[in-house]
Amino acid sequence: MPKKTARKSHGDNGDDNQRAARPFWSGTLTFGLVSVPVDLYPGNRTNRTPLRMLGPKGEPLARRYYSQKTERDLDNNEMVRGYETDKDKYVIVTDADLERLAPEKSRDIDLRRFVELKEIPPLYFDRSYFLAPSEGSEKAYKLLSETMEKEKLAGIATFVMRGKEYLVAIFPENGILRAETMRFADELRSPKEIGLPEKKRVSAATVKKFENIIAKHSDRHLSLDELKDEKTEKLLKLVAKKHKQHKDLVEVEEPEREEGKVVDLMEVLKRSLAGKRKAA
Amino acid sequence: MAARAIWKGDLKLNSTKVPVKLYSAVQDQTVRFHILDEKSKTRVKQHMVDAETGKEVPNEEIQKGFEVEPGTFVILEDKELESLEPEASREIEIEQFVPADEIAPEFYDRPYYLGPDGDQNAYFALAEALRKSEKEGVARWVMRKQQYVGALRAEDDHLVLVTLRPAEEVLSAKDLPRPAGRAPDKKELSMAKQLIELLKGDFNPKDFKDEYRARVAEFIEKKAKGHAPKLHLVKSKRQTTSLDKVLSKSIEALKKQKRAA
Repeated sequence: MPKKTARKSHGDNGDDNQRAARPFWSGTLTFGLVSVPVDLYPGNRTNRTPLRMLGPKGEPLARRYYSQKTERDLDNNEMVRGYETDKDKYVIVTDADLERLAPEKSRDIDLRRFVELKEIPPLYFDRSYFLAPSEGSEKAYKLLSETMEKEKLAGIATFVMRGKEYLVAIFPENGILRAETMRFADELRSPKEIGLPEKKRVSAATVKKFENIIAKHSDRHLSLDELKDEKTEKLLKLVAKKHKQHKDLVEVEEPEREEGKVVDLMEVLKRSLAGKRKAA
Repeated sequence: MAARAIWKGDLKLNSTKVPVKLYSAVQDQTVRFHILDEKSKTRVKQHMVDAETGKEVPNEEIQKGFEVEPGTFVILEDKELESLEPEASREIEIEQFVPADEIAPEFYDRPYYLGPDGDQNAYFALAEALRKSEKEGVARWVMRKQQYVGALRAEDDHLVLVTLRPAEEVLSAKDLPRPAGRAPDKKELSMAKQLIELLKGDFNPKDFKDEYRARVAEFIEKKAKGHAPKLHLVKSKRQTTSLDKVLSKSIEALKKQKRAA
């Protein structure tokens, strides 16, 4: 669906995940008085099949903002961020304002509370990231992750990344710390707020019937084969077929293109975890 | 204020159907800005232009291409893209159940609440059965031309459906090497355990607030009234001491806090 108005969100965790060759964010993980410098990398691959917009003859296109008033295309420095307080009335908020409004210690992920991971309802989980040790923090990093792994705990904290504050659960997996961003409590509705009816007495026979169905169709594990993305597979197949048949192919000349570079996230992470980021 | 259902369907378990309505469980609280033309303070619009000439290309002339080799694109027509869409359906098929803590956090994507659409007995009985069995159902459905796999769970008395990410979109830590570096020794491990025990508690999400969002909202409110507060950049400090010293100091400080409380 085409968007009618251009919007810029306060946060920015756009679709450029795959292009992060450098860390997405760097900061310090703290528990008690111990601090562990870390680099953060995306743990999800998004938009595996990016489609590029091209002109009728295959010309590369670019997205531009233009003024409704003058109909003229605008450069980045001719635009500002505005919050609409009344119809067509805006309060301007600059990058410098946002930077100064960031809470104190915004570069820290301060683990103030440790909880059992399975205690967190999955409704809270949003996006996944990995934390890698940096600046020679391997020892403290390993100490934290090994201790949490033994106790099956997750550390809870808030931190600021790219102009937005996140609630995050940090827990180890294979010795590596995963940072799972979560929704704040006020970002989730309750059944009451939605207006769902409250539970009344249910028939024990119906419960038993469902329990039987559940028992009959239960497995110990969920196979990853169940989580296939069929639409993407089909799209990739169609593309491969047309490519092979040389159907609808266009050559696009773009001497200076930076944004399209796709970096293998796994390779970047492997290097970083081996402590070789600087050498690369 | 009651929310509006965004979709309706039937949960299908074996031959049993449970009619449900679907509601978003997320309410976006992000402070949203518009991009403005600085001069006129009016909203901007966007369009696509020829990257070289800067000339506008109207929507109906835009083609979509998939890059197969650097600089070579396969054009995909709208008709072809439509042919990839799954067949529409009103059924949410539940064919498998797994332990409620089996699916790793990184797979969960967007949560929806389900509400009963008629048969309340079946709805609440299914939620109760899931809770008692400590299981979640693996659901498949098509909604708004999109195929979904999700987890059907009981959240207290109600049913929720959380979409799951395709396996291809989730990086697994199992494919990564364990971090390099020397392993911590026994003394450090036992101190770290002590420290974490002191910070252990229940998950109370209401204890954590989006302070940044609140400050941005407050700033906007003040500025709208004509008195924007002066802002100063805050810098954070970083300390460096030996690991076991810091650990024992932390434990002492936390114990003192607990005694005082």
